[in-house]
Amino acid sequence: MKITTPEFKKNAVEALQDEQLQKAMRHVRGNFIKKRADAAAAIDNFEAMRDRARDIKNHTLDNLDIYLEKFEERVQAQGGHVHWAATAKDAREIFLKICQDKGAKSVTKGKSMITEEIELNDFMIENDIEPVETDLGEYIIQLRGEHPSHIIAPAVHLNMDQVRDEFREHHTHLPEDRPMEDPQSLLTEARGILRQKFINADIGVTGANFLIAETGTSVIVTNEGNGDLTQILPKVHVVFASLEKVVPTLEDMSQILRVLARSATGQEMSVYTTLSSGPKRQSDLDGPEEYHVILLDNGRSSMLGTEFQEMLRCIRCGACMNHCPVYHALGGHAYGWVYPGPMGSVLSPGLTGVDKTGHMPNASTFCGRCQEVCPVRIPLPKLMRNWREKEFEQHLSPSSHRRNLKLWAWVTKRPGLYRLVTKVSRLGLSVMSGSKGYASWLPLAGEWTKHREMPQPEGGTFMSEWQKRGGKS
Amino acid sequence: MSMRDEILAKVRGAVSSTPVEKRHMAVQQRMDELEVGVQPYEISKKAEMIDLFVQKAEAAAATVVKCAASKVEGEVLDYLRSNNLPLEIKTGENPDLERYKIGKHKLLSVETGRTHGDDMVTISTAACGVAETGTLALTSGADNPSSLNFLPENHIVILKQSDIALHQEAVWELLREKYGKGGMPRTMNFITGPSRSADIEQTMILGAHGPIRLHIIVVSN
Repeated sequence: MKITTPEFKKNAVEALQDEQLQKAMRHVRGNFIKKRADAAAAIDNFEAMRDRARDIKNHTLDNLDIYLEKFEERVQAQGGHVHWAATAKDAREIFLKICQDKGAKSVTKGKSMITEEIELNDFMIENDIEPVETDLGEYIIQLRGEHPSHIIAPAVHLNMDQVRDEFREHHTHLPEDRPMEDPQSLLTEARGILRQKFINADIGVTGANFLIAETGTSVIVTNEGNGDLTQILPKVHVVFASLEKVVPTLEDMSQILRVLARSATGQEMSVYTTLSSGPKRQSDLDGPEEYHVILLDNGRSSMLGTEFQEMLRCIRCGACMNHCPVYHALGGHAYGWVYPGPMGSVLSPGLTGVDKTGHMPNASTFCGRCQEVCPVRIPLPKLMRNWREKEFEQHLSPSSHRRNLKLWAWVTKRPGLYRLVTKVSRLGLSVMSGSKGYASWLPLAGEWTKHREMPQPEGGTFMSEWQKRGGKS
Repeated sequence: MSMRDEILAKVRGAVSSTPVEKRHMAVQQRMDELEVGVQPYEISKKAEMIDLFVQKAEAAAATVVKCAASKVEGEVLDYLRSNNLPLEIKTGENPDLERYKIGKHKLLSVETGRTHGDDMVTISTAACGVAETGTLALTSGADNPSSLNFLPENHIVILKQSDIALHQEAVWELLREKYGKGGMPRTMNFITGPSRSADIEQTMILGAHGPIRLHIIVVSN
């Protein structure tokens, strides 16, 4: 998808003025946070589970080359195929070759963020192959010609009436007076329509939540069952997975599963966790005849061994965006690329280059909630700050921004001057506030005060309060 | 160099300064030890485990009944009648079902094989029940084709009480025993309640693409 991150400010203004979006985002604020908190509190050792999940991912990343080789060996031993793709283009071409070999015309898809990353759907259409998204949320946004606005709840930016309008427009073969008044009837309608698509598909594509080195297994975690129908019914199952999805053993996967669903939706376990290994066996009555795994790098190996390696621990639960005040206010589309929210703000510059999506890590207040809830303890604010530094070093930030930062740095390096400036500012703020107790306009901060008030500072400066309490300067 | 080798070389160069032989040893050790991580429960009594399984499965919106082996077919008929369903079921080529005499009752019509989506009710047997989350573990094969788990609106799963374990890791021991170390069935499904979606306004609704109802029959020995 086209990167619109450089227009982040414009995207943000539009998002804030979008009434439908603002209405939809209220569901995120309420639901996700409470459910996760309840699930974490329901067991005694959730924090210990997070520690161990982090350690498993760290160990795997430190030995990623070996685990990938082991995974490949096991897949092949079970009659499956592994393909390695350095770039998005390589992955698309490998997939096209598989489609052409099979003469495939219709491809059902389970939910997969990396197929968004490599723009697989557009590529399929260009090559006369019909991609059918089967996750309910993905199906809705495919009808609308949109991209997911959340990594696990792709249509979270929409309200029910918008879904109903879309179904009315596209499902014209159904009676006009059919019941469409609640989510249940809309879900039933989508279920009926997609049923035949599942059965008719030539190839099924899924992502992977995990790859297991021990057994050469790919794993998907879902609630709807669409991912399973996608991979059981067609003759060929193609898995798209990025390199960092591998874990050593089945036991290691169990450990991470315990924090995944709790962090994502507050469930103890998602409805379906499916382990797929190779093609169907001789005695099997169903299942695919061919099993392919396309391993995608697309920039990840360049993050290994750097300060951003920790980001590759991410298990895509979405907890960081569910708890992010900026995401709550704007939704996912304003960020301008595939991965939104705090995890997207760290991952995207790593995959696309800081020159293209470097604005994303600026969209944070550094409140720290993302790090507090991350099941694998990724220090997201720290990593966003690292990207901001890179952006500054590479002279990518606007000149006014750079000038002000330099000025600020110059002042802070001179403690006497800094104290004088804070003293004067405090006085100035008090005068500007008058009797109201807050300032509605401030020089050089007009954009900021347009939407908020600056409260009058209480007490003296930090240093004067410090000295009052007997502290030494 | 092939694309594979290029990617692997790049990864190898980036991940660690420790010699690769040494890292191979660490990896092998991990694969041999199969260390179990942090688990949520400490329960040793089987009866409590079974209670926990039932409680968790019901919390995930499955329905659960317990009965003796001789009563399984009766339970199936009760379920079909109380849900106003035809007395027809599809099942795999499953020797276990013989034991429960399913199909001996002349009222119930039993077909075997996979499903193509035209069966209202299917029956499978679970390899294990995981109490910590009320989860069923089903392994694919001629006895339990995976399509039976996902295509019908009603899925009935028979689980032996003795096959209920406290934590998920018990399933891995079971699989290693049956398929050898590193071996797996084509598909291993963990199923926790009937299918659902919250994609419209974050309202959880049962019955997405998979079964609308999941009925578990726990068989005492």
